[in-house]
Amino acid sequence: MAEPLTGPRPRPSRRSRRPDHLRPLHPYRVLLASRLRSQLTYRTSFATDVLGTLVVGLVELAEVWVIFHNVDTLGGLDFASALLVFALSNVCFAVADLLVGHLDSLPTYIRAGTVDAFYVRPLPLLAQLVSSDISLRRVGRLTVALVALVVGLATAGVQWSVAAAALLVLTIVSGTAVFAGLFTTAGALQFFVVDGAEVTNSFTYGGSYAAQQSQQVFPDPLRVFWTFVVPTAFVAYQPALTLLGRDDGFLPGWAGWLTPVAALLTWAVAATCWRLGTRHYQGAGG
Amino acid sequence: MPATDERPGLRSGVRVFALLVAAGFRRHSTYRLALLAGLTTNSVFGLVRASILSATVASAGAAVGGYDTGQVLAFVWWGQALLGTVNLWGFQEVADRVRTGDIAVDFLRPLDPQLVYLAGDLGRAGINLLARGLPVLAIGWLLSAFSWPPGPLSWLLGVVSVLVAVVAAFAGGFAVNLLAFWLVEIRGLRMLYTVLGGFLCGLYVPVPWFPDWLGTLARWSPFPAMLQNPLDVLTGRVIGADAVATVVTQLAWAGALLALGQVLLRRGRRTLEVQGG
Repeated sequence: MAEPLTGPRPRPSRRSRRPDHLRPLHPYRVLLASRLRSQLTYRTSFATDVLGTLVVGLVELAEVWVIFHNVDTLGGLDFASALLVFALSNVCFAVADLLVGHLDSLPTYIRAGTVDAFYVRPLPLLAQLVSSDISLRRVGRLTVALVALVVGLATAGVQWSVAAAALLVLTIVSGTAVFAGLFTTAGALQFFVVDGAEVTNSFTYGGSYAAQQSQQVFPDPLRVFWTFVVPTAFVAYQPALTLLGRDDGFLPGWAGWLTPVAALLTWAVAATCWRLGTRHYQGAGG
Repeated sequence: MPATDERPGLRSGVRVFALLVAAGFRRHSTYRLALLAGLTTNSVFGLVRASILSATVASAGAAVGGYDTGQVLAFVWWGQALLGTVNLWGFQEVADRVRTGDIAVDFLRPLDPQLVYLAGDLGRAGINLLARGLPVLAIGWLLSAFSWPPGPLSWLLGVVSVLVAVVAAFAGGFAVNLLAFWLVEIRGLRMLYTVLGGFLCGLYVPVPWFPDWLGTLARWSPFPAMLQNPLDVLTGRVIGADAVATVVTQLAWAGALLALGQVLLRRGRRTLEVQGG
């Protein structure tokens, strides 16, 4: 029901009296809150979904575990160090997936023509899309990754110091940014290849899979690719080496501090692609 | 067609089945860009997986679980090539038709619904094998020379094994879809089936690498019949009589899953209540 046109208007609360231009984040907060509420409404369905992503995380972990059931070291790492690499990468991926993973569904919006609705609203397209959904169900996978991270950090022989703690925090933040940048780039490319959405999976999900590994398993050309083209080597492996006070002769030991640089470069590419993509979009007509 | 009999005879039944396979083939060949995209993704994942699994064998310094380097590379690339062919991700179409009541239309058709969907899936498998599987295999072979099947018998059994794997994976997915007769929402269940099934069928690491208890669990599940078994035959991990036994096991699982689908279909048909007028 619309509010009555006459009669006393409800007194505005102190908060809402602030002019709109001082509350630029307000629309996003409202959008997000409504999204989160809607996900939590159907409790059984939500619980099943969380359980689902929890199992996905466990199965990914099981892969590492099964391999180390057969060998003691893989790519120069023992199980504890490999667990650290796996966990760092997975924490970053799970957070990025939670925040912007739903950009994956952009081809569906494009095909259905619903992207047009986002274009006409007076907010940036990317910000609207990102805040249009936060996939809370993905906390299942994040939980597995966090537990693995604690175990990895405790057992791999990290030489703790203020610098090490700072590196850990810096890595998780920038590593998440790297994956978020890859998701955004992938989303931007959907404007060009609507039916070929899966092609971008090769560097989003493929990149995440590569990031979980000791980079020493890769032959040189592939290693160069995952380090300098799609820089997922900096998400987990290089920082882990730095945390453990080691280097493998491919990059110097301090290379683990370069994750923010990788994040910045990824975001430069993502921003360019996003701009090109949104300008390329011609609308669905009608 | 002369209407000599009310029911479709065996010959016309086979003809309809073949037509449906061809239709499935054509339907899925429309999405050329999607096929190309799938090919790219399968190849990139193949490269990463080949690196990890061959590094494992190198680290062990000997064959792991019966796989030497050439065989583990064959395991990865045949596996990547069969990913689009064998439908391990399952499907939602039948569950949606159950929920909306459209399945009632399928029951009215002269051919059994399970056969109709199986035919469509075989067509889908065919185009995916040709347009996606074979190129992935070629790319894999150019990048890392893996071992080919060790003899004509392995090739022959390999082809049969892939076909049975397609049927088994379809039958499993179909049975899961039919649970929609009793459950309103099967999304979570499908996800669990896909993730656990993917692991137990050898999609991530070969089943012979599993610790004993997990290996036993996998072998008592239908999932290895959907991927691990054809890979066993094609990589030459099992040969001769063992390979024949592998395919027979697969046939048993495929048969069991198809039978389960028939039971669910019949029970579900009695439960089904379609609203409308």
